[in-house]
Amino acid sequence: MLRAYSAFIYLFLYAPIALIVVFSFNSGNNASDFQGFGIDWYFKAANNSLMLAALENSIIVAATSSVLATVMGTMAAIALQNVRGPLRVVFDGLTYIAIMVPGIVIGIATLIALVTTFDAANTVLASIWPGEAPPKLSLGYGSIIAAHTLFAMALVIIIVRARIAGMDRSLIEASADLYADPMATFRQVTLPQLMPGIVAGFLLSFTFSFDDFVIAFFVAGSKNTLPIYVFSSIRRGVTPEINAIGTAVMLFSLTALITAQVLLRRGSKQGR
Amino acid sequence: MAPGQSQSSSETGGFDVEFRSVVKHFADVRAVDDVSFALKRGSFHSFLGPSGCGKTTSLRLIAGFEQPDSGSVEIAGQSVVGVPAYRRPVNMVFQHYALFPHMDVAANVGYGLRQRRPRADAAEIDKRVAEALELVRLPHLGKRRTWELSGGQQQRVALARALINRPTVLLLDEPLAALDRKLRREMQIELQNLQREVGITFVLVTHDQEEALSMSDTIGIMKDGRIVQFGTPEELYDAPVNRYVADFVGESNFFSGSVASCDEVSAAITTPSGLTLQAPFSRLGGKLQPGSKAAIAVRPEVIGLWQPGAVPAGLDISRPARLLNRIYLGDHSEFQVEADGLGAVLVRLPKHSTEGQGINGGALEPGDQVIMGWKRDRALALSEA
Repeated sequence: MLRAYSAFIYLFLYAPIALIVVFSFNSGNNASDFQGFGIDWYFKAANNSLMLAALENSIIVAATSSVLATVMGTMAAIALQNVRGPLRVVFDGLTYIAIMVPGIVIGIATLIALVTTFDAANTVLASIWPGEAPPKLSLGYGSIIAAHTLFAMALVIIIVRARIAGMDRSLIEASADLYADPMATFRQVTLPQLMPGIVAGFLLSFTFSFDDFVIAFFVAGSKNTLPIYVFSSIRRGVTPEINAIGTAVMLFSLTALITAQVLLRRGSKQGR
Repeated sequence: MAPGQSQSSSETGGFDVEFRSVVKHFADVRAVDDVSFALKRGSFHSFLGPSGCGKTTSLRLIAGFEQPDSGSVEIAGQSVVGVPAYRRPVNMVFQHYALFPHMDVAANVGYGLRQRRPRADAAEIDKRVAEALELVRLPHLGKRRTWELSGGQQQRVALARALINRPTVLLLDEPLAALDRKLRREMQIELQNLQREVGITFVLVTHDQEEALSMSDTIGIMKDGRIVQFGTPEELYDAPVNRYVADFVGESNFFSGSVASCDEVSAAITTPSGLTLQAPFSRLGGKLQPGSKAAIAVRPEVIGLWQPGAVPAGLDISRPARLLNRIYLGDHSEFQVEADGLGAVLVRLPKHSTEGQGINGGALEPGDQVIMGWKRDRALALSEA
């Protein structure tokens, strides 16, 4: 009984995904009528200039925001080691809240904050700009990258901190005992020890940003990311081309996630 | 291994480590409480005590992982107060070795050399790493990952990693605790040989009295952040300053009571059961005051057992006793006996030679009625605590 129940759960979870994958190899024109195996739709998608533009945007946003989040998140995690007491609790709370707040709230909040700031800044800019046409701040790469960095940074902080907590403190002392000054110890011992966590944090940040629709939808302005493009396309009906794009994105994301998992596991084994 | 050391260790009377009234608090715990001592250059010293006695903190004060709240710490005659660990000429073997898991064995061993400025050239480092691995009898393992090695091998790598730097002092933090018994015995002998070979001052922290006794030139017994007694293993065993030391070093039976009377060299103690036992003072323990709490300490190998009626002349203390339990230990046996007025007493008898201990150990079974006793000159009257 329980077995059948869990079988149904997994069926409901994964059957739709499996269908998308299967129908992405449909050689026919109809998304719900399998007419034979073919990879025509993958070629078609690869030649779709709108899709390619959205993909390019997504890659730019994901790459920038994940690099920023990884660097800042790692620095924050290391600095937080030395914060104790009530202040630590506050930081911990803020970090977890950033992850738990629904994307839609982050999206709306970021949108309002940015638009208000941009309006104010644009007025000031217009009044002090010496030449004709003053530059205008507007939504675009910057705003998506900022919003994604914010969220992903919390992710990186949590992953790297778990790694720090699992790290053998005596390694740092051993390094100091062997004449390495604090900078040399950080470079030769701390950083290599944290590296699996940092890389995993980077991969998760990248995947999150690459896959995110909700936040991007609010703050993207005129820039289309890949998930936004897919969303706007399916309003004109699901085609096998969308299935092909979805399958490719899923394959990419899964690879990144599994790599991150493997890194975290292997890292924690070596740390012992 | 230590050409740099040979000159300095030939100067006699030099001290490599010196504490003067060192105090270290953690929150409101006095982990190290007004401790002073000096360790002779080239000696093997141990700090012995239960966990929380301050021995590890003392070691960390030498290493530079902790700084004293007051007092001074000197290494090779130089004050190192305020000097961080990475500028001190000491190296440590950590309890769990703390080998860098992301480096191979050779990179671990050469780590200290690579930190030196100006940078030594790679060929020189490789040569010294090979020598250090040779010294700890692990040649050809340089390319191995540290976690592929056995506990004993990791231990040797940690030793090589420390010794390659030719430190003034080598610190060992319970280095053998993680090894099994046989391997531990081997490593004890090896550590001792190694120390003689390199001539560096070794400071070992341990809670294992056997380890401390078998390897050290001097031992400091610690309790509650203070050194209770500092001396050679023989001094600690033969002349403990109080009951705590006698209890920690070797095994003893203690019969406590209050001091009834004393003369210049010995005291008589009355036990709660009304028996009066007499014993000389410990050579280093000082005298006792009449009326104070004290204990008579008797080592298990000092006590003999006899058949009733066969008690020899010249036995100062003898009591009827019943054999409770026997532990066979090969060349000797240990017996738990219940002696009238004294309670449970541990007796250790050799298997064959009786050596004035009456019955030889092979002939006794639980339930036997015997007489147990000892010569009072072989017992000690010690203050409690």
